[in-house]
Amino acid sequence: MYQYDQIDQTLVDERVAQFRDQVARRLSGEISEDEFKPLRLQNGLYLQLHAYMLRIAIPYGTLSARQLRGLAQIGCKYDRGWGHFTTRQNLQYNWIRLEDTADALADLAKIQMHAIQTSGNCIRNTTTDQFAGAAYDEIEDPRVWCEIIRQWSTFHPEFSFLPRKFKIAVTGSPNDRAAVRVHDIGLRMHKNATGETGFEVIVGGGLGRTPFIGKTIRDFLPRQDLLSYLEAILRVYNQFGRRDNIYKARIKILVHEIGIDTMREKVEEEFTATKDGALKLPQEAIDQIAAQFAPPAFEKLGGVAAEYANAFRTDFEFGLWARRNTFKHKQPGYSIVTISLKKEGEAPGDAKAEQMTAVADLAERYSFGEIRVTHEQNLVLPHVKQADLPALFRALKAYDLATPNVGLASDIIACPGLDYCALANARSIPVAQQIALRFKNWERAHDIGELKIKISGCINACGHHHVGHIGILGVDKAGEEFYQITLGGSADDQAAIGDLIGPSLNVRDTVEAIDTLVEAYLRLRKSSDERFLDTYRRVGLAPFKEAVYAVA
Amino acid sequence: MPLLKTGPLLKDGRLVGEDAFQPVADDAPLPASGAVLISYARWQAEKDQLGGRNSPLGISLPNTVDVLGFGPEAERFDLIVLNFPKFSDGRAYSQARLLRERFGYAGELRATGHVLQDQLWHMQRSGFDAFEIPREDAAEAFATAMQSFSHVYQPAADGRVSALKQRLAASRKKDAAE
Repeated sequence: MYQYDQIDQTLVDERVAQFRDQVARRLSGEISEDEFKPLRLQNGLYLQLHAYMLRIAIPYGTLSARQLRGLAQIGCKYDRGWGHFTTRQNLQYNWIRLEDTADALADLAKIQMHAIQTSGNCIRNTTTDQFAGAAYDEIEDPRVWCEIIRQWSTFHPEFSFLPRKFKIAVTGSPNDRAAVRVHDIGLRMHKNATGETGFEVIVGGGLGRTPFIGKTIRDFLPRQDLLSYLEAILRVYNQFGRRDNIYKARIKILVHEIGIDTMREKVEEEFTATKDGALKLPQEAIDQIAAQFAPPAFEKLGGVAAEYANAFRTDFEFGLWARRNTFKHKQPGYSIVTISLKKEGEAPGDAKAEQMTAVADLAERYSFGEIRVTHEQNLVLPHVKQADLPALFRALKAYDLATPNVGLASDIIACPGLDYCALANARSIPVAQQIALRFKNWERAHDIGELKIKISGCINACGHHHVGHIGILGVDKAGEEFYQITLGGSADDQAAIGDLIGPSLNVRDTVEAIDTLVEAYLRLRKSSDERFLDTYRRVGLAPFKEAVYAVA
Repeated sequence: MPLLKTGPLLKDGRLVGEDAFQPVADDAPLPASGAVLISYARWQAEKDQLGGRNSPLGISLPNTVDVLGFGPEAERFDLIVLNFPKFSDGRAYSQARLLRERFGYAGELRATGHVLQDQLWHMQRSGFDAFEIPREDAAEAFATAMQSFSHVYQPAADGRVSALKQRLAASRKKDAAE
């Protein structure tokens, strides 16, 4: 894992000092809320419905055990003993006092963390595959590139006041788990004909009120040119992106309006002028960063561990969990474990401080002290010996962290919604909770198989509803909460925006409709191997629509 | 674009008592001699007459001007004023870097408009060396804001060495010593 050196630590400490002064100026009345707002936003401090919310950056979703333990302590000290993991692989505290924020940031700095650029119209935290450095299907560890991007984008003098926020995602695997086609810039690592690793650069994807699948601006970008190319794209966007209407200010609108070919011309012109300049990455510099992500000291293991095989045979619950919540590791004898934060009845992504501490302890015992946060609002222990899986399962169970539902109907993404958010039109969390309860029966849930349900409480789409196999969008209809349902969205390498099924429904009918849609799928599917999404792609909207509206 | 009213001017970390450049409205005649500041529109219209002028010439560039087009003319000027209509409108940062880094502009580069203390760091890194600030008594705080951070993570117009390159140099030095 990347460790701060003196330079990183100094910068974060200086940022805390700067923000402490800004808060003091605000509290003394020297600056107005209007003037303070952009400053607090660039430090991740939002004013929500009931209190301030502080959003902490978790660079590319990677945490050490020490950091996660620290986050739990900060949650107890300044919040109400909770943390909320977000779709941006970040963590939010929902009950923060303005007076405490500088102290909270100082405590974060001690564990090499911060809230820099977690808000505002700047380059946000770069996200990636939660299985980076562990997955069997990886071409190269994308965290190396995320860290290079993190450094380049932090306090960027030219790109801190962009037309709108800017999000970059990187995948090092052909099986995209980072949703790179729905980001402002998506980077997909692949090898060219000569075996050299580089990037497909995708630009102009995004969700929100005008969803777009990103377009390829360059098929193959050599690694050493990554930062020059990113800077070229950002420079074109900073100058020509729309600033007259915040709903049209994302780069996706610029790309849509001028067209990908004109966009490419402008970017390539800029890139040609700068590519051999100071941003070109020397191989040694790449190697220096890469060395920090060297694989941990894996044991050489052969065959299937007896403990693992036994538990599979004798413990039904363990088998259920191991099938759903583990993923194939590149190192024989190891597995990647996803810890579900979606126990039915709980708010998706919420973790109690004692759960965070428990995961930190378990990471130290079983996963080389590493934890990841997923954009689907779960946690990951990336390097667990298969022989340790039964013991890990029992330990997780004691903390309500062994729900065997990863990728299933109850593994729902939901934004905070009207329970917390000032922008929301409708609540998301209670809808997620009620739907999850419908799929509480494991036999049925596992029979249904992979089904990604995503819920947003407003058109800003923080819950990624456009790319849910089933998407749910909260709308306000004359003061009452209604929900629009979309089908067939997907955020993977076959990215697609979901299709609207029909008129919106109230909460009760929405929950009922999800059940109906699933029953329709079970009738329509060819076999249990055909996922909900596959069936939808095969049969289209009509039979699903009929099922819902015939009943409603 | 009309020339914005000039505020107290901060240059090299100090207040400049009197601005050497006199702003001249588009419809007013130019004084026979002395440093003047004109609009981009006037420059476009009167380029031929103005080209031969022997006194220092300044220009105020709207942030919508594509610097790739204007850049080759930059060396004609002793002062280029870039505009921040709102602090959140950051187009002039790109204009500044292009003028300095692509076109080698070496004259005064001045920020005007909604210039806030906490932006001075970004501005000076992008190549600005003069700032119209809202109040004289804020000069010290503005000057201090330029020193907010001891290191930089990326190359920009100020020529500072990025953290990445600093580390690389340190490791090469270490290798050489061994």
